[in-house]
Amino acid sequence: MQWRNSSLRFGLVSVVLHWLVALTVFGMFGLGLWMRTLDYYSPWYRTAPDIHKSVGILLLLVMLLRLLWRFLSPPPAPLANHGPLTRLGSRAGHALLYLGLFALLVSGYLISTADGRPIEVFDWFQVPALITGIPDQEDLAGEIHEYLAWGLVGLAVVHALAALKHHFIDRDATLRRMLGRTPR
Amino acid sequence: MLKKTLATLALGSALLSAGQAMAADYVIDKKGQHAFVNFKISHLGYSWLYGTFKDFDGSFSFDDAKPEASKVAVNLKTASVDSNHAERDKHLRSADFLNVDKHPTASFESTKVVSTGQGTADITGNLTLNGVTKPVVIAARFIGEGKDPWGGYRAGFEGTTTLALKDFGIDKMDLGPASQTVDLIISVEGVRQ
Repeated sequence: MQWRNSSLRFGLVSVVLHWLVALTVFGMFGLGLWMRTLDYYSPWYRTAPDIHKSVGILLLLVMLLRLLWRFLSPPPAPLANHGPLTRLGSRAGHALLYLGLFALLVSGYLISTADGRPIEVFDWFQVPALITGIPDQEDLAGEIHEYLAWGLVGLAVVHALAALKHHFIDRDATLRRMLGRTPR
Repeated sequence: MLKKTLATLALGSALLSAGQAMAADYVIDKKGQHAFVNFKISHLGYSWLYGTFKDFDGSFSFDDAKPEASKVAVNLKTASVDSNHAERDKHLRSADFLNVDKHPTASFESTKVVSTGQGTADITGNLTLNGVTKPVVIAARFIGEGKDPWGGYRAGFEGTTTLALKDFGIDKMDLGPASQTVDLIISVEGVRQ
């Protein structure tokens, strides 16, 4: 399988990035919901949020890489059987997924750095606080983070249902392409 | 004529200030923020965690000769809690603790003041916190009073009380056996009106 995207198919880099981000987003959603239910004496009470924050920063870096890769190696052209409405919907959906995920990641960063504290990414490195002192920053960012998380996961489910619809009902190559296969 | 008016004014103000000296009303110095509502709670039984409420106001009346006639009322915005850690403060504002969306204010209003010695008194009153109103007793100590350098007159007190968190419905997150109660330390300076 080729590394780069071609006009017909996705390359290895895009395919791996796509599924890595998908897995991470759903994992982080579950982790985020679960860690808020932990009691104070749970051994995970401190580690779960630490993991959530560390993975969040790494995901932000991966997303920046992914965005860069989109420009270096643009995704293949839409399939021939996709009408103008499908193309428009798909473009809007993908733009919202990118925008939503970036906003979600930034809002999370703004919670933990609201008082100037850096975020420690495992034991590897620290990300300093850049924006502090917005009134009620941690509360506001927290609310936005929660709404965006539900919104993004909802949108990702719609995205997945759309892919399944293309695969099983339209019987086109949409989903197969994202698995690195060539269109038949 | 002018002399007589002046004399009347002087007499009037003398009477007025004499009246003030007997029972004066004070407003808590929020503008200069010579007033603090602090709390401390044990962390695991190993150390004290301190925090403060930054936004509150209140007033008291105080009579040196008749401390039993004193009164105090304080109103506080619960969202102004600050324990020097944004993530913790966010958690403290949530439904696990102060539930500030539902109960944005806390208040204390005295109902009875009993002198307990030279410059000390027990202030009984109703504390409303997390939507629950319960009587509490604040052990208060008179710190000092007198003219300030800017033409005003001030008096200051400090009071402490201990609350059981579950008495005020703050029981969604168990912080452990050593952390069932929180100490409130209220330290205020009032400017005489």
